[in-house]
Amino acid sequence: MPVFALNPGYEGERMDRVENFGGNQLVYIGWDEHRMFCAAKAFPLAPSMPFAAVMENIIPEAFSQHPEFSQINWDTAEWLLNNEPFKPQMNASLESQGVEHKALIRFKTPELKGYAGAGV
Amino acid sequence: MAAKKLNIKDKYRLLTRDLDWDFSYEDRKKAFPYEEFEGIKITDWDKWEDPFRLTMDSYWKYQAEKEKKLYAIFDAFSQNDGHLNVSDPRYVNALKLFLTGVSPLEYQAYQGFAQVGRQFGGVGARVACQMQSLDELRHVQTQIHAMSHYNKFFDGLQEFSHQHDRVWYLSVPRSFFTDARSAGPFEFMVAIGFSFEYVLTNLLFVPFMSGAAHNGDMATVTFGFSAQSDEARHMTLGLEVIKFMLEQHEDNLPIVQKWIDKWFWRGTRLLTIVSMMMDYMLPNKVMSWKEAWEVYFEEAGGALFKDLARYGITMPKYSEVIEKEKEHISHQAWWTFYTHGHATGFHTWIPSDEELDWLSEKYPDTFDKYYRPLWELAKEKEAKGERFYTTGLPQLCQTCQIPMLFTEMDNPNQNSMRDTVYKGERYHFCSDGCCDIFEEEPEKYVQSWLPVHQIFQGNCGGPEMGDILSEFYKMNVGADNMDMKGSPDEERWNKWKGKA
Repeated sequence: MPVFALNPGYEGERMDRVENFGGNQLVYIGWDEHRMFCAAKAFPLAPSMPFAAVMENIIPEAFSQHPEFSQINWDTAEWLLNNEPFKPQMNASLESQGVEHKALIRFKTPELKGYAGAGV
Repeated sequence: MAAKKLNIKDKYRLLTRDLDWDFSYEDRKKAFPYEEFEGIKITDWDKWEDPFRLTMDSYWKYQAEKEKKLYAIFDAFSQNDGHLNVSDPRYVNALKLFLTGVSPLEYQAYQGFAQVGRQFGGVGARVACQMQSLDELRHVQTQIHAMSHYNKFFDGLQEFSHQHDRVWYLSVPRSFFTDARSAGPFEFMVAIGFSFEYVLTNLLFVPFMSGAAHNGDMATVTFGFSAQSDEARHMTLGLEVIKFMLEQHEDNLPIVQKWIDKWFWRGTRLLTIVSMMMDYMLPNKVMSWKEAWEVYFEEAGGALFKDLARYGITMPKYSEVIEKEKEHISHQAWWTFYTHGHATGFHTWIPSDEELDWLSEKYPDTFDKYYRPLWELAKEKEAKGERFYTTGLPQLCQTCQIPMLFTEMDNPNQNSMRDTVYKGERYHFCSDGCCDIFEEEPEKYVQSWLPVHQIFQGNCGGPEMGDILSEFYKMNVGADNMDMKGSPDEERWNKWKGKA
């Protein structure tokens, strides 16, 4: 049953429909095993934004406070899109490569073990 | 001949059970429209055993006497500048979190018990819930009074009610209660009466009131003592309602078990805030969160569930996950608040060296390995004049609304993330427990008012963070928020104490 309600057929109002974000969609981005950032971060991004712009503007804004950020080797970074392996296409838009509303993008940096090698 | 005085037993019967009436010409189901839709079957309300055994006149008399004493102590506390006796000004930040996050829950409990006190078909249950409703209303009032003295001397206490409805981390306790209050009356009782008031309440109140005592906060300690007799009645009611449902019909068992699983999980997520208060916010520690969990849940709760086994009730789902999480959650929570300290209505700080050592001692298996390095990094940054405030806004769990800060128990370096797709939209969760709750009732949780998403939708003013904090949250930016170090609270305290 989708809900236990007094009236049969009750439907809730979906609070986070993409239409509510003024032309943007939500995208979450997280850096695996780097706990300096307590959680993945949320961003309202244009669906037409090319991935290169995410790399250039969004990811540094989100993660450059980390002492290892400048050492990231993006060639060996491993990506997950909604927990499935993913290869970002730099010149393609978010929507054209399956990064839909409320998608979760995670990246792993296998050479970097976090501050003090402790996953921080 | 003068009228004979009623004996207590007759008075109790006349003033509670005998207030009920039969429905001879109206449809009883229309009078109690919420009683059946949850699937709970009640065959005989007369089997309900009253846990309170109080009539309204004795209730008023007793509570009035108690409160007269309580307010006399508040007055004395205030006249003697009681705030100067707290252990350290950092302590007051625990009060700020309590006043904004917990006291308004007393008010929500008052509303919830008033609702079920109307909707239950049995008069005994109705009267008991109405009495608890009054207790909860008194508790919110006395807590506000207990803390009002601090509001004259410290920042961050002035807009607790407004903030409870808006601030990002306060959506966690708020939505916990609105979830319970928007359920049917039986689920509400399992959620609040049983899981919260019976199983988990000791983890909230005992550490908090002992924390107040250890830190010289006599106003809060006095409130705690005053509320204690009420809490004992609430626990009795919480247990009675579970036993009553299970004894009424065997079909009730799976429903009750499902609610216990849900509300135990919701409750432990909510208590993350308390874990952090105990381990990080009390300058004089009482016991660690882990120790409190072992005493009040594993031992006391374990005995309770053994007792309920005769009805077929089993330990709440995911208890084994929680048992591992007791080593982690307080550290993860305080780090989250520390790194978002620019957007909190209270101060945060790096634990002192002495406190770090205490944490190492209390958490020998996890603290040095996973959490001390966070504070080493924070210290390094602070020494360079770059006190670490994280940029951006965190991803939140759709069910508990907490930032997705919890980690996998088989790899505590990695955040735990779950998701599900419902009607073409993806939803994210901090845990299997929260994901299960959503999947049981997605039409309820698609309605979550997630603060981060609301900010991005433009519903919280802004778009600049400073404007959201000052205008939408009504925080005094630069006074209420940021690090304890250099705060006006600290500056005033040092002046009062004659320190440089």
